[in-house]
Amino acid sequence: MKQVVHRPASLTDKVFHFCPGCHHGIVHRLVAEALDHFGVRERTIGVASVGCSVFLYDYFAVDVIEAPHGRAPAVATGTKRVLDDRIVFTYQGDGDLAAIGTAEIIHAANRGENITVIFVNNSIYGMTGGQMAPTTLLGQRSTTSPYGRDRLRDGYPIKMAEMLAALEGPSLVARVAVDRPANVRKARRVIRRAFEMQVEGKGFSFVEVLSACPTNWGLSPREANKRVADEMIPYFPLGVMKEKDVVDVL
Amino acid sequence: MPGTKKLFLKGNEAIALAAINAGCRYYFGYPITPQNDIPEYMARHLPEVGGEFLQAESEIASINMLLGAAATGARVMTSSSGPGISLMQEGFSYFAGNELPALVVNMSRQGPGLGGISATQGDYNQAVKGGGHGDYHLIVLAPHTGQELYDLTIKGFELADKYRCLTMILGDAVLGQIKEPIDPWKPADSGCDPTRDWLITGAAGREPRLIKSLYLADGEMEDHNWHLQEKYARMAAEDVLVETRDTEDARLLLVAFGTMARVAKTAIAAAREKGLKVGLVRPISLFPFPVEAIRAASAVAGKILVGEMNTGQMVDDVRLAAVPGVPVEFYGRPGGAVSTPEEILQRIETAYSAVS
Ligand SMILES: Cc1ncc(C[n+]2csc(CCOP(=O)(O)OP(=O)(O)O)c2C)c(N)n1
Ligand code: SF4
Repeated sequence: MKQVVHRPASLTDKVFHFCPGCHHGIVHRLVAEALDHFGVRERTIGVASVGCSVFLYDYFAVDVIEAPHGRAPAVATGTKRVLDDRIVFTYQGDGDLAAIGTAEIIHAANRGENITVIFVNNSIYGMTGGQMAPTTLLGQRSTTSPYGRDRLRDGYPIKMAEMLAALEGPSLVARVAVDRPANVRKARRVIRRAFEMQVEGKGFSFVEVLSACPTNWGLSPREANKRVADEMIPYFPLGVMKEKDVVDVL
Repeated sequence: MPGTKKLFLKGNEAIALAAINAGCRYYFGYPITPQNDIPEYMARHLPEVGGEFLQAESEIASINMLLGAAATGARVMTSSSGPGISLMQEGFSYFAGNELPALVVNMSRQGPGLGGISATQGDYNQAVKGGGHGDYHLIVLAPHTGQELYDLTIKGFELADKYRCLTMILGDAVLGQIKEPIDPWKPADSGCDPTRDWLITGAAGREPRLIKSLYLADGEMEDHNWHLQEKYARMAAEDVLVETRDTEDARLLLVAFGTMARVAKTAIAAAREKGLKVGLVRPISLFPFPVEAIRAASAVAGKILVGEMNTGQMVDDVRLAAVPGVPVEFYGRPGGAVSTPEEILQRIETAYSAVS
């Protein structure tokens, strides 16, 4: 029988530790496919963040630095400034990027730092056991919003892609989802485009991926996919928010 | 290579020039008084040597940019003071856990809080005992002259590379601002050995590498911690830096570092002129601490006076190092004041009268 799907060379053969129905595994694969596509595995440096994806280094066959919680864009900046011909990417959750690391992501984006940021928005803190994230939807229950997120107490779910798209620095800002095959195919294209931006030296690229955390949502994998479509996508619209095709000429 | 033409530089500039001459090509930092001459010097001169200066959005970002740059094996540094150094503490802890080499300069300012910007030694405990989480140390070097700022900056990079650790230069506003003639010698070695087996450079033709500090498997964390402790023990065995003066016949031993040691030297010279046998031990490395030098000198002197520009921090380490039973007195004024040689002389005379 002909094998039509292969494991990307940029992934190791280690089995993912993610919960059933978690989207981290799909996103890992899409990133690895992009690295394979550009043939850059051997000159790629990944910056892992603190969250369920901290074990990035077990799964990606690339050099990895583990950053403190929220600081991956600063760590990646330091690495990229020294090794400017390497491909440097961060992979961050919503607690990591949109709460504790807000300053670092905004300024890395604003500098147009030539790195790629993969932002996994699952509207909850996965690793620490389901606390409220800055992206938790209004009314959504979590262990620290047991009565539902209240806009008066907790503010509104933060739209990072829209915020970053308002800056001059980024070359590509987009939001995708991986809840169904058609969306996975779109996400694959956008993630590939994000790395293309970096390979071509066009500066900061950012892809927000709406993701399921069935475990902390208390849903089955199938229900979790449905929640992405029915509740997350309406609030966090998919699309390319910003795309710049030219290198800044200062 | 001593013997080059001397330059007349502020202490902060001496550090910046020394760093460039030591092969440092990347600087990340956020402005704060009294150390702004360092980033300003770097912003002007790093591009001239093909290096890069980047002003970060905060000290939290600076220390993490430093971390990402240090992982590539490049010689890198940052500098700050009081509130900025406090913000970097989590990063210092990660540097220790990740075992990465870099240099950080703390031109300390008075606290607590926003405090004041003139000289103090109130950050001794924060620098030497930690400040970030976990069982770790930085190498802490405390210069007391412009030339020493220059020399120890170079030494600091070498020690950071030797141990894969963070070295802190602990100075203050007096040392940073005072202008002195500097011999701008250049070290032969710039430390950037590209064959080190831990550098993060992209896994070309080799297995992927990892820089991390998370250890969850059974026993791993303890093993890693013992490994770090072995390094700290080796620092104490091989790299203590200390100046001792007039200790052979001393009846009273003064222990002071940095600016306080500078003031103390003037006071000791005046005391010697009056016929008082006073000696000095000046810790240069605050970690590793010169335990042996203090123990040996205290055995001769029989009494110790510790001087600090704080209300008593290093004095605890001196008490632990001194021969048991040797009385250890303390003299210091907190952040906001610098003692004069006359004040110290007076304290020397009081302490001395009790030993004679
Ligand atoms: C300074 C600091 N504060 C808190 C934590 C604890 N912590 C670890 S992961 C995490 C949140 C992770 O959530 P997210 O970034 O959304 O990633 P996910 O696990 O959902 O993929 C927190 C708060 C930490 N490691 N460091
Ligand atoms: S807790 Fe949530 S984010 Fe973490 S692995 Fe499980 S499903 Fe994925």
